[in-house]
Amino acid sequence: MNSMMRFAKTQPLGAVGFLIILLILIAACAPQWLAPYDPVEIDFSAMLTGPSASHWLGADQFGRDIFSRLIYGARTALSIGFWSSFLGCTLGAAIGVASAYFGGKTDLLVQRLIDILLSFPVIVLAVVVVAMLSSKVVAGVDLNLILAIALPIVPRAARVVRAATLSVREMLYVDAARAAGYSNWRIMFVHIAPNVTAPYLIVLTSYIAQAILLEASLSFLGLGVTEPTAAWGLMLSGSATDFYREAPWMIVFPGLAISLSVFAFNLFGDSLRDWFDPKFRG
Amino acid sequence: MGSYLLKRLLLVIPTLLGVAVLVFFMLRVVPGDVIELKLRGDGGNVSAQVVAEERERLGLNRPLYVQLGYWLKGLVTLDFGISYWTNRPVVEEIGIRVGLTLQVAIMSAVIAVFFAIPLGVLAGLYRNSWIDYCLRVVTIAGLAVPSFWLGMMIVLGLLSLFSWSPPVTYTPFYVDPIANMSQLIWPALAVGYRYSAVVARLVRSSVIEVMSEDYIRTARAKGLFERTVVIRHALGNALLPALTVVGLEFAFLLGGLVVTEQVFNLNGIGRLFVDAVAHHDFNLLQALVMLIAVMFITINLLVDLLYGVLDPRILYK
Repeated sequence: MNSMMRFAKTQPLGAVGFLIILLILIAACAPQWLAPYDPVEIDFSAMLTGPSASHWLGADQFGRDIFSRLIYGARTALSIGFWSSFLGCTLGAAIGVASAYFGGKTDLLVQRLIDILLSFPVIVLAVVVVAMLSSKVVAGVDLNLILAIALPIVPRAARVVRAATLSVREMLYVDAARAAGYSNWRIMFVHIAPNVTAPYLIVLTSYIAQAILLEASLSFLGLGVTEPTAAWGLMLSGSATDFYREAPWMIVFPGLAISLSVFAFNLFGDSLRDWFDPKFRG
Repeated sequence: MGSYLLKRLLLVIPTLLGVAVLVFFMLRVVPGDVIELKLRGDGGNVSAQVVAEERERLGLNRPLYVQLGYWLKGLVTLDFGISYWTNRPVVEEIGIRVGLTLQVAIMSAVIAVFFAIPLGVLAGLYRNSWIDYCLRVVTIAGLAVPSFWLGMMIVLGLLSLFSWSPPVTYTPFYVDPIANMSQLIWPALAVGYRYSAVVARLVRSSVIEVMSEDYIRTARAKGLFERTVVIRHALGNALLPALTVVGLEFAFLLGGLVVTEQVFNLNGIGRLFVDAVAHHDFNLLQALVMLIAVMFITINLLVDLLYGVLDPRILYK
């Protein structure tokens, strides 16, 4: 609690980011409390109506309430954003720790593989994986979409964690653990891993932002989340652009929602980095 | 320098080979079949024989390693066969579109260099001033706003202000430079915003870092004008990292254009890429992915080499 107060004091922007994240989290966990309408409820009398008292942010071409769809969309964005970042960063961190710990030929080989994966722009890799695997929905979440977004994150997280591990590896307690005859697994996951938690948490937070952006882009291209699920990127795709003139609110607000959440995670991630890295403090 | 160049070039070969093999196998795991999709996609009833013949014609019935051999041979001879979907040579399909995408990418790089670098330097020199705060807000927003949505906002703005909508046809630069520029400047701005934000942030922090170095204090202690200190002593070192980011982000820009081209009705390689995915057009897709990866690797290599030329401290052995 004490350290949380100190974080808020030294990193006011990070605290703001955290508050926004908290709001999005509430929307994601309990959308039915906040949303005035059912996100898939069709109401032709409200078709393409602008922001008003009954529909705060207007309604789309089916008369669905945009505000409610944004609230429900938070769940999609956050769950896909979190799980893909978590999967990608955890896998990347494991690879990074192992690569740096073993060093030598293993490290060299792993680094080449990472170089290969890094030569693809994030979205290109994600699109290829999405195309490769058809969607596989479990509990309302598309597992293959998460996989597609996680894959480009793996080499990037691996590089950061590997760099952090290189210095931890030289610590005396690692030598001590080795002298005590502990197995490589134990040294890597019990002795080294806890000491690279800070970079891990930093990449995890910043890649949630990237994953949300990527999910929105994929959904926009029609390769991500599919109708009728409420997703921010999906709200911008397809026929939404036919209504530029009649209903600009249909494309203004979902984009603002994406930007705001990515902004919040970036802000929080940046502050987390400054907080953990004393070099940047002050 | 000569031997370093050779070594770097040789190191690129295994990476390229790895990329090529990875691309090939990634696309072969696709459950959908291009032939099935092409012939039966619209619910058409096609006999198994026709499907088999088409598969034979496109060489899809050959064993994987033979297909891989053809793919690698094609990479060397720049012959990628024909698009499964349009039946036109892949090189031709890419060739007619790559100019447009590159032009947009270069235009946004120019925007990034001409706006982001001076602004980043100013923000770094006058840290915690109003310039710095404004730039910080603008750049953090730049990282958060999806470029395709920014593109939509630009279209919306142009539509409501000037009743202008993105033209459906593309005018090449050599036909009508003004029409060409007025069409492509908007997508360049849409993707250039993020690009500029990334560059400006990096330049700012690198200027701050360099300005606190001992040799800057020495230069000041010598009584040099602040202007001389900044221009002659600080900027050279501060802008070197910017070079890397300009290069890296340029390559990633090509990725950003995949989405943004849709918004502006541009028929560039981004659009081609999305279409190729939708049609499961492997031949085209693998050539495109390879092209993007090759561009990325080449730009990286060029940046590294430029570093060596610009920074004499880096001695290559």
